[in-house]
Amino acid sequence: MKPAPFEYVRPRTVEETVAALAEAADAKLLAGGQSLIPLLSMRLAAPATLVDLNRVEELAYVRTDDDGVRIGALARHAQVERDDAAAARQPLLRQALTLVAHPTIRNRGTTVGSIAHADPAAELPAVLTVLGGTVTTRSASGTRQIGAADFFVGPLECALRPDELVTEIRVPARGPTSGTAIREISRRHGDYALVGVAAVVDVDGDSGEVTSARAGYFSVADTPVVLDLTGTVDSGPSWDRASEHAMAALDPIGDIHASADYRRHLIGVLTRRALAAAHAELSATIRARGRIDADNSAEGRGSDG
Amino acid sequence: MAEPTHAIRLRVNGVAHDLDVPARRLLSDALRHDLGLTGTHVGCEHGVCGACTVLLDGEPARSCLTLAVSVDGQEITTVEGLAGTDGELGPVQQAFKDCHGLQCGFCTPGFLTTITAGLRDNPDPTRDDAREMVAGNLCRCTGYQNIVASVLRAAELSAQRDGGDAGGTP
Repeated sequence: MKPAPFEYVRPRTVEETVAALAEAADAKLLAGGQSLIPLLSMRLAAPATLVDLNRVEELAYVRTDDDGVRIGALARHAQVERDDAAAARQPLLRQALTLVAHPTIRNRGTTVGSIAHADPAAELPAVLTVLGGTVTTRSASGTRQIGAADFFVGPLECALRPDELVTEIRVPARGPTSGTAIREISRRHGDYALVGVAAVVDVDGDSGEVTSARAGYFSVADTPVVLDLTGTVDSGPSWDRASEHAMAALDPIGDIHASADYRRHLIGVLTRRALAAAHAELSATIRARGRIDADNSAEGRGSDG
Repeated sequence: MAEPTHAIRLRVNGVAHDLDVPARRLLSDALRHDLGLTGTHVGCEHGVCGACTVLLDGEPARSCLTLAVSVDGQEITTVEGLAGTDGELGPVQQAFKDCHGLQCGFCTPGFLTTITAGLRDNPDPTRDDAREMVAGNLCRCTGYQNIVASVLRAAELSAQRDGGDAGGTP
């Protein structure tokens, strides 16, 4: 298995990168290569030109501010995962990254690359979508901000134009009364999920009642799918109706990895587990802050330990 | 028509090598074919099995998922770089020998490099840590039990070699 020949360009700046993309007719960008190089080796992709981002060091950043976390196109998964400030600002990032393949892959693979690759079975596109994040692109003709919900178009297909580079993603900060969790089932440790759910639950700071419950699904459809489950959470909280609602609302695909029926079953189980875990994480955070009495905080009824 | 090549320098196990390679040359092939360092094994060649794992600036990376041109100027450690200059086995190698951590040996180079870096980051792993450390590498012979035992043994050996009780392992 060897890649087909290609022209190779190794820019050192974003400017040089967009110039190279503008010039080349059929170019692919290489960042970590953990998805692209297998595609090249199996000749499922055979671009005329490969533009290698690995020397564009200005994009190897993870920056945290009040709005959230900004991740540059050359930040490796491992770099984002280790970043304590990023994990504090938006815990779902680290929660999701520990599920991405194996540490060795995360040493080289990039978080933004995972977004641009737009694999519907991958964690990060669903995470960015459920959090309402944005994608920043650059080309010779300017920059664009694209909301995650508009960015993912189909399997391995995104709104990126051939002459564009994703320079960064912006991941919104966790709200003060917001909890997050991610749950997935895969055949083997580190594999792509058969079904996965990233959940964000908000509560009223005083009463502890759930005010919002959202779930982002991966490996269910051609793109990440987000369900607003707020109206289906009963007091307790009870996640039963949310779980049933998700099973009815989603129309999962069947393939060699799992039948549609099995995926629907997993949607029910994982919706319950992810929401309960997000709520439990939130309760723990709020308890730690002393905002509500420990006795008040209801733990999730899910079976996830 | 000859394919264009790129001049690169790889520092492998402390030795600088200047190479002319096509852009599509995988690092695994550059190591094996161009440099003759056949200790790095190529199993699945698409990043699943871990046999080709090398250390890239000290961090484990799949050499089959890396283009040689892309790592021009970087430091690479292969399994050949794990033994001492006098041929003495490195602590992870010795532990695999002691604990029967291999049978056919095909996957072993990837385990050795991965564990070498893993123990550097976590010198005193629990059994669970050890399992997590090798979770990205496949072995079809051992059933992994002896590999996990080898990780724990390697931690002991490293602590001893680092100077008696300096490692602080119980």
